[in-house]
Amino acid sequence: MTTSTENGYRPHHLSHTVVAIVEDKPGVLMRVSSLFRRRGFNIESLTVGPTEEKGLSRITIVVDGESAPVEQVEKQLYKLIDVIKVSDLSSEDMVARELALIKVRANNLNRHEILEIASVFRADIVDMATGSVIIQVVGDEAKIDGLVKMLEPYGIRELSRTGRVAMVRGTKTTTVHEREPEQIARVHASQGRRVDDMELPFSSD
Amino acid sequence: MARLNGAQIVLESLQREGIDTMFGYPGGVVLPLYDTLPQYPGIRHILVRHEQAAAHMADGYARASGRVGLCLGTSGPGATNLVTGICTAWMDSTPVLALTGNVTRALLGKDGFQEADITGITQPITKHNYLVMRADNIAMSMREAVHIASTGRPGPVLVDIPKDVFQEEAEFEWPEQINLRGYRPTTEGHAGMIKRAAKLIDEAKRPIIISGHGIIWGDAQKELVDLAEKANIPVITTFLGIGGFPESHDLSYGWLGMHGMYYANHAADGADVVIGIGMRFDDRAMGRFNAFNPNAKIIHIDIDPAEIGKNFSTAVPIVGDAKRVLPKLAAEVKEQRRPEWIRWIDQLREDHPSLHVRETRRMLPQYVMRTLYEETQGNATIATGVGQHQMWAGQHYIYKRPRQLISSGGLGTMGFELPAAIGAQVALPGQEVWAIAGDGGFQMTMQELAVLVDEQLPVKIAIMNNGYLGMIRQWQELFYDKNLVSASITQPDFCKIAEAYGIKGLRAEHKSDVPRVIQEAREHRGPVLIDFMIDQEENVWPMVPAGAALSETLEQPASEAAR
Ligand SMILES: Cc1ncc(C[n+]2csc(CCOP(=O)(O)OP(=O)(O)O)c2C)c(N)n1
Ligand SMILES: [Mg+2]
Repeated sequence: MTTSTENGYRPHHLSHTVVAIVEDKPGVLMRVSSLFRRRGFNIESLTVGPTEEKGLSRITIVVDGESAPVEQVEKQLYKLIDVIKVSDLSSEDMVARELALIKVRANNLNRHEILEIASVFRADIVDMATGSVIIQVVGDEAKIDGLVKMLEPYGIRELSRTGRVAMVRGTKTTTVHEREPEQIARVHASQGRRVDDMELPFSSD
Repeated sequence: MARLNGAQIVLESLQREGIDTMFGYPGGVVLPLYDTLPQYPGIRHILVRHEQAAAHMADGYARASGRVGLCLGTSGPGATNLVTGICTAWMDSTPVLALTGNVTRALLGKDGFQEADITGITQPITKHNYLVMRADNIAMSMREAVHIASTGRPGPVLVDIPKDVFQEEAEFEWPEQINLRGYRPTTEGHAGMIKRAAKLIDEAKRPIIISGHGIIWGDAQKELVDLAEKANIPVITTFLGIGGFPESHDLSYGWLGMHGMYYANHAADGADVVIGIGMRFDDRAMGRFNAFNPNAKIIHIDIDPAEIGKNFSTAVPIVGDAKRVLPKLAAEVKEQRRPEWIRWIDQLREDHPSLHVRETRRMLPQYVMRTLYEETQGNATIATGVGQHQMWAGQHYIYKRPRQLISSGGLGTMGFELPAAIGAQVALPGQEVWAIAGDGGFQMTMQELAVLVDEQLPVKIAIMNNGYLGMIRQWQELFYDKNLVSASITQPDFCKIAEAYGIKGLRAEHKSDVPRVIQEAREHRGPVLIDFMIDQEENVWPMVPAGAALSETLEQPASEAAR
């Protein structure tokens, strides 16, 4: 149930990308991860970061669909009081990206080759020393896997991957509500109209 | 607005929420709270003998009254002692508010004396929990905690407060509004789904309602009766749903599950439409999942969307509050008679009367429960422990009202009986409350007899004394080749124990004693303990062995019935 990404790559056929918008409160990450452990849902990757709204964090979880019926994942997440919104991006046309830092052994003989490989993958060299280079690459998992594979023969000293972040293509969002430009808000307030999917201070509904 | 310290804010908040009873036990870090208690004479503190019992009492209080039950423990061991009680409430979805103290803020995370990470420990067994780091936040946390515990699908909530937060001063302002963006229970039910459910019910030849604890917590007994009567749908309940539908009703066919009635299990298995309301299709009720009635279409009505589709795939999911959804569904369904289907179940019940009490000179536990039912005219509130006596209490007392049976179904916590009965008696002054205890389980919490004396609570305790961890003996007999290991259990002289606390103790040695001791206990104004020396070998029937299907329900073997 996943959609191909830009590069024609299909993520692990049974994994789901779930985005949870959560209150940025102490313990919220534990609540989420504990839920996955407790229900036996396997996490492939999990990333957390701030959102466009202060006080809210965005957790992107890639979950192994074999261990976790995605509907249960969503519903169980919703039961957590600090979880405000859950979206399953798997059935959406999404952009999914990961960043990796790869520290590779390098010497005067092979450094050039390594740089060439990096450039084929549109990766950046972010550090260079006599015995190693650090390569930074952004892309979907397949691209990063591919680069890692190419670099393995040289000797990978260290690999750090962020895990997936994702977003739906087009205007659709997974945010809690989109902030209304102030001008429009004023017009709406004066006319007493409600904008779809917005929380405005009209108590009648 | 007023300037108060944290302890005062806690008690002030409880008062605003109408919580006037707490079951607790002091310790260093909650002393500021205890110090403040005398300023709030409207709040009754009941001193327990073990914090586990405090949580069970709060639970019993909640189950008997429908209101939030409150328990309190100190940091470290006080808090961890609450855990079994909190988990019991969690598994059965009851609104228990647990309040704990913790070490001062500066010491949090330093493994100081009596520090326990109780919010971490209880995270998976509470609906939500709070570590309140500022006196400013106490009022809002308390308000939210009570709201979360008591609305939607109820459940326990824990609030942990460091000692110096009790002592810190803050402006007290009662928050009029709660804004929990991530918590908005759905109550109304989807109109389209309700229509689809009605259509399915109208077309069904053999529909059955399985009603659960949610009917009781949703206060929807009347709404359930209306629906069942209009469309003539037989009703069976889950064990925790007992009393949610009057068992004396023509459409009542008992309860289903591992020790449910033969006809209830077979009716569930023979139905073409199963309407689960306020229940969660758990394994104890449904038997082996993949062997449960493959032909039934399931309509599942529950306030917790995560329960729907968790164990079974559902033809029609309806998320909502039973009290709101059932009248809408009743309005949509057609009136029907269904004489054939009802005759089929009636016949089954006639051929397999699971609740028949055999004539024998031995004191059967079933007979004790039956006699208790008759002597109390079916009016008592019954709290049980866990084991054989629990099943007999569920089977052989006939329950007509919600909240009449109080029992740990989900977690199956031995030792629940006495503290739960105490909590219920505190909630129901002047009403008759019986604890049906196992001789094993009673020994887990019997120290709470002291509370009966302190608080002058007239709880009647019936110990079903079989000299065994009876349910263990039954399993070892049936499934472990009669290899009885640690099944037999010695007891003290329970009557002397009672007397040592200043409680009246009675013993029934023979069957003929049973009505008389029950009468004597009821006539006595204070608490009474009765030691019923029941038949030691009796097993609980019917039975669906673990991993078997409801259709494989076993009845009492002839060899046992002939004893
Ligand atoms: C705290 C706890 N420990 C262990 C068990 C497992 N267990 C279930 S029933 C049972 C025996 C209960 O014995 P008793 O209280 O005498 O009741 P009986 O079955 O004899 O009626 C045991 C040990 C449990 N349910 N709870
Ligand atoms: Mg026993």
